[in-house]
Amino acid sequence: MAHQILVHAMSSGGSTTVEALIKHPMDSGFVKDKAGKIIPAHYIEVIEFTHKGKIVLTGYWGPAVSKNPFIKFSFKGGKSGDPIGISWVDNKGETAATSSNIM
Amino acid sequence: MKLALIVLASLWAAPLAQAASQPDPAADLQGFQGYFLKRFPKVPLAAYVNGPYNFSKSERDQWKQIIEFPPYAFAVADGKTLFDTKFANGKTYASCFPNGGIGIAQTYPMFDAKTGRVVPLGVAINRCRVANGAAKLSLTTGKLADIEAYMTSTSDGKPIDVVVPHDPRALAAYQAGKEYFYSRRGQLNFSCASCHVQAAGMHLRGDVLAPALGLTASFPLYRSSWGDVGTLVRRFIGCNKKVKAEPEAADSTAYRDLAYFMTYMNNGLPIAGPGARP
Amino acid sequence: MTEIEGLILSAPSRRTVLAAVAAGTAAGLMRPALSFAAAAAPRASSYPAKAFIQHSQDATLQAMFGTSSVTASADVKMDAPDIAENGAVVPVSFDANAPKVTAAAILALDNPFVMACAYKIPEGTSPAIASRIKLGKTTKVVSVVQSGGKLMSASKQVKVTLGGCG
Repeated sequence: MAHQILVHAMSSGGSTTVEALIKHPMDSGFVKDKAGKIIPAHYIEVIEFTHKGKIVLTGYWGPAVSKNPFIKFSFKGGKSGDPIGISWVDNKGETAATSSNIM
Repeated sequence: MKLALIVLASLWAAPLAQAASQPDPAADLQGFQGYFLKRFPKVPLAAYVNGPYNFSKSERDQWKQIIEFPPYAFAVADGKTLFDTKFANGKTYASCFPNGGIGIAQTYPMFDAKTGRVVPLGVAINRCRVANGAAKLSLTTGKLADIEAYMTSTSDGKPIDVVVPHDPRALAAYQAGKEYFYSRRGQLNFSCASCHVQAAGMHLRGDVLAPALGLTASFPLYRSSWGDVGTLVRRFIGCNKKVKAEPEAADSTAYRDLAYFMTYMNNGLPIAGPGARP
Repeated sequence: MTEIEGLILSAPSRRTVLAAVAAGTAAGLMRPALSFAAAAAPRASSYPAKAFIQHSQDATLQAMFGTSSVTASADVKMDAPDIAENGAVVPVSFDANAPKVTAAAILALDNPFVMACAYKIPEGTSPAIASRIKLGKTTKVVSVVQSGGKLMSASKQVKVTLGGCG
């Protein structure tokens, strides 16, 4: 159940609001574990949101974005049933992608 | 002669004392809820499940933003997957609970007449696993907390309905939980009530102390300081450590009884778990 | 400290999202494990790595936007708490009333690295984004928006206190 992305996209009044919660530890590299060892930095660097294949937002994240990041934004257009794509790549080169339809 | 008098006196006193200390959960409940309602007249009973957010506008605003897409969403989703996954024998968790485990969290902790012990939801989940040939899970966090989060989410808004039956063992468990709640312990010499009754609504450094009324209703809980979802038992352990007391075992009778008393005190309040707190 | 008007959540978003999550994909929420087919992974090479290792506002803006010249503007609205409930999860959002916004960034000046997050905003996307960031200690948080090539900003001091409850 690693690398989940929860998406909630809703269109109303000619625009679409996207809310997403992305499962990721977003380890900053400044925190120690119980044994006193630094937990190495592990965070999403680039996240991309698309609407019908066209990029509607690119996020550049650093270690100061909270664990399991949340993001909310909106764009003009979009209607019920249109696909919203979300994909990310992190500093270790891991990636995940998902697609959800606008409600 | 003198000795005989004392013996006689204690013979008289004994039944009286017993009558006076006979646990009366219903009367306790009235007194407990009435105390908070009188002390914080602006907070209606059902709002107590929102704990600290009845005391700080700024914290409430942040919380409302956080629960717009709550951080425990993954726990609920994962919990549902686990809950629906078959054991090796082909059965699922649904086979262990009334109504297939849906919408029943408000009835826990439950007194089990067979064993004479209190069974919180987490323990019931583990019992179900053992009955179906699976190993027990940690009662504090991880998979069991996720399953509990999912099961509790299906009881969302249902009034808490914990029963203390007319069984001396149940009454004794309730009484033990009550005593644990009010007993001071640890190097700081705090009881649960010191923070969650006496100092309820006040600040402990940056945190607002939630009133004991409503406290159990939002468990399991996503705490930002944990970074994941934990059970009521995990919080008990944390609180005990905070007052520099030796925590009990997660599966101890002491914690089961404490959960029994505390949750009974929330009878009638709506289930609001899983919840989110700092 | 005394109580404020008690809050009862009647069918708020919490319930909606919770129900949707419990219902799974049927409600428009989805949670696939790994589905590479859904969309191509973004290119890591586009990451402005240099902007994320700076220790001052000027150096961060220079690395991100090629200029450190920024004007405080009432047209950038920013929402952040006065006192963070927990420094690990601080909701921060901005909303710019400006034309041709192409990029934005959130800075936390006293964090180990100043840059928290940045966004490339294409035409048609509203220059208003909400997210949650970590603050190591009490700090000024700055929302910077690039409009028509110029940088404008709003800022707010956010207090981070120690929790008492572990």
